[in-house]
Amino acid sequence: MIEKSLKELSQALAAKKISSVELTQLYLDRISRFNPQLNAFITVNGDKSLAAARAADQRIARGEAGPLTGIPVAQKDIFCAEGWLTTCGSKMLSNFVSPYDATVIERMERGAGLVSLGKTNMDEFAMGSSNETSFYGPVRNPWDPERVPGGSSGGSAAAVAARLAPVASGTDTGGSIRQPASLCNLTGLKPTYGVVSRYGMIAFASSLDQAGPMARSAEDCALLLNTMAGFDERDSTSLDRPSEDYTRDLERPLEGLRIGLPKEFFGDGCDPEVMAAVRAAIAEYEKLGARTVEVSLPNSHLSVAAYYVIAPAEASSNLSRFDGVRYGYRAPEYTDLADMYSKTRAQGFGAEVKRRILIGAYVLSHGYYDAYYLQAQRIRRLIADDFAAAFKECDVILGPTSPGTAFKLGEKAADPVQMYLSDIYTIAVNLAGLPGMSLPCGFAGSLPVGLQLIGNYFAEARLLNVAHRYQQATDWHRRAPAGLE
Amino acid sequence: MAQWEVVIGIETHAQLSTASKIFSGAAIAFGAAPNTQACAVDLALPGVLPVLNRGAVECAIRFGLAVGAEVAPKSVFARKNYFYPDLPKGYQISQFELPVVVGGGVVIQVGQGDKAYQKAIRLTRAHLEEDAGKSLHEDFHGKTGIDLNRAGTPLLEIVSEPDMRSSDEAVAYARALHSLVRWIGICDGNMQEGSFRCDANVSVRRLGDEKLGTRREIKNLNSFRFLKEAIDYEVRWQIETLEDGGTIQQATVLFDPDSGETRTMRTKEDAHDYRYFPDPDLLPLVISGEWVERVKAGLPELPAQKRERFTADLGLSDYDATTLTANQETAAYYEAAVAAAGKPNAKTCANWVMVDLAARLNKEGRDLADSPVSAQQLAGLVVRIADGTISNAIGKKVFEALWNGEGVSADEIIEKQGLKQITDSSAIEPLVDQVLAANAQNVAEFRAGKEKAFNALVGQVMKAAKGKANPQQVNELLRKKLQG
Repeated sequence: MIEKSLKELSQALAAKKISSVELTQLYLDRISRFNPQLNAFITVNGDKSLAAARAADQRIARGEAGPLTGIPVAQKDIFCAEGWLTTCGSKMLSNFVSPYDATVIERMERGAGLVSLGKTNMDEFAMGSSNETSFYGPVRNPWDPERVPGGSSGGSAAAVAARLAPVASGTDTGGSIRQPASLCNLTGLKPTYGVVSRYGMIAFASSLDQAGPMARSAEDCALLLNTMAGFDERDSTSLDRPSEDYTRDLERPLEGLRIGLPKEFFGDGCDPEVMAAVRAAIAEYEKLGARTVEVSLPNSHLSVAAYYVIAPAEASSNLSRFDGVRYGYRAPEYTDLADMYSKTRAQGFGAEVKRRILIGAYVLSHGYYDAYYLQAQRIRRLIADDFAAAFKECDVILGPTSPGTAFKLGEKAADPVQMYLSDIYTIAVNLAGLPGMSLPCGFAGSLPVGLQLIGNYFAEARLLNVAHRYQQATDWHRRAPAGLE
Repeated sequence: MAQWEVVIGIETHAQLSTASKIFSGAAIAFGAAPNTQACAVDLALPGVLPVLNRGAVECAIRFGLAVGAEVAPKSVFARKNYFYPDLPKGYQISQFELPVVVGGGVVIQVGQGDKAYQKAIRLTRAHLEEDAGKSLHEDFHGKTGIDLNRAGTPLLEIVSEPDMRSSDEAVAYARALHSLVRWIGICDGNMQEGSFRCDANVSVRRLGDEKLGTRREIKNLNSFRFLKEAIDYEVRWQIETLEDGGTIQQATVLFDPDSGETRTMRTKEDAHDYRYFPDPDLLPLVISGEWVERVKAGLPELPAQKRERFTADLGLSDYDATTLTANQETAAYYEAAVAAAGKPNAKTCANWVMVDLAARLNKEGRDLADSPVSAQQLAGLVVRIADGTISNAIGKKVFEALWNGEGVSADEIIEKQGLKQITDSSAIEPLVDQVLAANAQNVAEFRAGKEKAFNALVGQVMKAAKGKANPQQVNELLRKKLQG
C-alpha cells in the first residue's frame, strides 16, 4: 500500500478496497514507529486526522469524492491550519494554535478532502538548507540517519521518503522544496511565483516564497498541485488565470524537446558523481527524442549574493510581528517595553534567524539601501533577463539540483556561506519567479542525486510532462530507503 | 519679531470614509468595544496578507482631482518599519518614493474684510497609508492595553510645501483642506475623533535669508485652536532661543493644550531609521486614465469652480465668493437663497448670509445646518427689501422675527406686525413738520452748516414713524422743508 501512487490509492478508495480511516491509521502507525528516529513531524494528532478520514469516507460513500479525497498528506508546519499548533519550526510560535486555515490547507483539506497526518518539521521560519535550524531539532535523512534531509522542507521530504506520508506540501524560497527532494530521492515542484496562494503561509521572503508539492513521482506532484494552485483574492500577488489541469500533458512525447544546458551549471563546484548522474539523465532524454542546446545564464554567479540581500531584507520586516505582544512566545521576565522586545526576540529566535534579521535590517538601513538592496534588485532583473534569453533557445533548462548529495549533520552548520552555497543552482529560479522541479536521477554511492528542470513562466504542465516521461523510462524515483519496512 | 520670518509646512492625516479598512475587510466604527473591529489581518497573525481597498484609492483620486494634482498612473506601497505595541506588523504600510497624488494646491483666504488676502498654497504630495491601533494606559495597573480597532483604518496623508508664513495662514490652510475633504466626501472631518489631524513643521529665519531655519515638527494637532496656539508658542520659543544665541535642534515635539507649551518628544539623534522598502505583498498601484475620468464625472462642483461661477455669473467680489465657498453647507445655503430671490439679488443675499446670518449663528454657537432661518425665508426677506416693501433696518427686525419663529415667512411677519414701509408722502409730511417744530436747535445747527444735525433730524422722523417710513423720502422731504 505504501508504494502506491496517488492514482492507485484513489482507485483503491473508490473501489472500497481500503477506507480512508484504514489508510490514515496505517500512516499514523508508521509515524509512531519511525518518527522518533527521523523527527520528521513536529505535531501529529491522530484524533484530528482520523476525524478528517471519517469525513472523507462519508464523502466517498455519498459519491462526492474528488480524485484525492481520503488520501493522507503531511503539511509543512509553515502553513496555518485551524486548530493545529503552527510553529514554523520556531520557539517563537511554539505555543501558537492557528485560528484559521491557509488557503493551501483550505483547498487541500476542506476542498479536495485530503487528510492531514500532521505538521512537518522545517528549518526555523524556513531559513536553512539542512533542517538543523529547527527549534524542534534536526530531521534525519531516511537514506542515512547521520545525514541531513536538506531544507527547509526537510520534514516533508523525510516523511514522504520514509513512506510516513504518500505526499506532502512544501515551500520554496531559494530551493526549499527542490534541494530536500534531491537529497531524499523525491520529486518536488516549485511553481511559478503567484500560482499558489501565499495566504496563511508564514512569510519568510514574500517576493520569493512559493508553495508546491513533494511526492514520489511527477504524476503525484501534478495531482497535488491541482488542489493547491489557483487564484486567491486574499493574496494580492496571486495570479488571476484560468485554472489548469497539471496532469493534462503528462503523456506528451518528448520528440523535438529542446533541453537547455546552462554552461554555468556544468562547471566547477559540483560533485563529480552528481555530475555523472546528471549526464546520464541527459543521455536518457536524448534517447527519448529530446535534443540539447548549450545556453548561458551569465549572471547566475551573482544569484546567491543577491538572494542573501533580498531574502533577509524582506524577512527582517516580515518577522517584526513576532514581538511578544499579541501571540506566540514572550520572555517571562522583563523590565520595560524595550526589554520585553529584546528578551522575547533574543530567546524566541534561533541563531540563523537572528543572523538574517540583522543582515536584512542592515541592507535596508539608511545609507546602505542603494548599495545593497537596490543593487540586488538590479541583479534580480538581470537574472530574469538571462532566463528569458535562454528560453528563446530551449523549452526547458536542465542541470543538477544541488552541487552535492546529503551532507552529514553538523558538517556545514558552522559555516553559513558553505550552507548557502548548497542552493547555488536553485536560487536563481526563485529570483526570476520561474517554475522549477527536482526529480531523482541516480545515486552517488548510496545517496540520491536530484536533477533540476526549470521551465518558462506557467510551464508547470510541461515540466511535469518532461519529468513524467523520464520516470516512465527509469526507476530511480521508485527506490526506497532501507530499514523502514 | 519684525526681522524674523516664520516658515510653516503642514502634514495632514485625513481618515477616509470607507466602509472597511484599507487592507482588510474589517469594518470601521468609532467607539466600538476594543478589538471588535479587527480581523486576522489587522491583528497581523502569522501568514496573513494585505489586499488593497479600492474605495480608499478612489478617495485619493477624488482628492487629487480636487486639488489639481497629478494622479500617479503608478504608485508603490512601502513598509515603514518600527516597533510599537499598537503597530501589529512591526511596520506600517504607507507610500514613500512613489505617492498616489503628486503636486496640486489650494487657495486660502486669510483675515477678514479689508485686511483679507488670498494665497495659493502648494501641495507636495498626498499618499495612502494605514493607521495604527491605540495604546490604552489607563485602566490597566502598570500595564498597557492595546485596542486594534483603528489599526488598518485608511488615511490620506496630505503634505504641503512650506508656503505658510504665519499661524493665521496655517489655520486658514487647515480649514480650507478640512472643508475640501468633506466637500468631496472623502473624510467626515471629525477632529475630536481624530478623523482629521495636523502636524506642523515650523521654522524661523531672519528676513532675507535664503536658507530655511531648522524645523521642529509639532505632532497631532486635532483642533484649529491648538494648531494656532502651538505654532504661536513654537515661533516665540524659537525666536527667543535664537536671539539668546542658542540654536534649534531638529526635533519632534508635542503640544500640551493645558500649559500652552510644546515639549520635545525626540530629537534627530534618536530619530528612527524606518528602513523603507517596497512592500512585496502588494503590487504597484496602477490607476488608469479611464478610472480617473470615471471618478471625475462623479465629483461635485468644486469650491474653485463655484468661486469662479460666483464672480463671473453673480458678480460677487473675490472675497465674497471665497467666503461663501469656504464650505459646502454655506455654498449650498447661499445658492438656495439666490435661486429663490433671483440673480439680481445675489449680492444682497451674499451680504445677508455673510454678515447678519453669520453673526447670529456665531452668537448662538450654532451651525448653518440648524439655522432657524431657512434659505427660502431669507430670500423672501431680501426680495421685500429689494422691492421697497420694507427698509433695510426693518429687514433686520423681520430677520429677528423669523429667527424667533414669529412667522413662517417675511411676508407674514410684515403683514402681521404692520411693518410695511410708508411711501405715501402725505403720511410722512406731518411727521416731518412735527419733528422740525420740536427740534429747533437741530434746525439752527443745520442751517449753521452742521450736516450732523441733519442726520439727527432724519433719525427723529424715523423714530416717529416707528422705522417704517421710506428713508429716502424722509431725506428728500426734510431737505425740501429746511431749504424752503
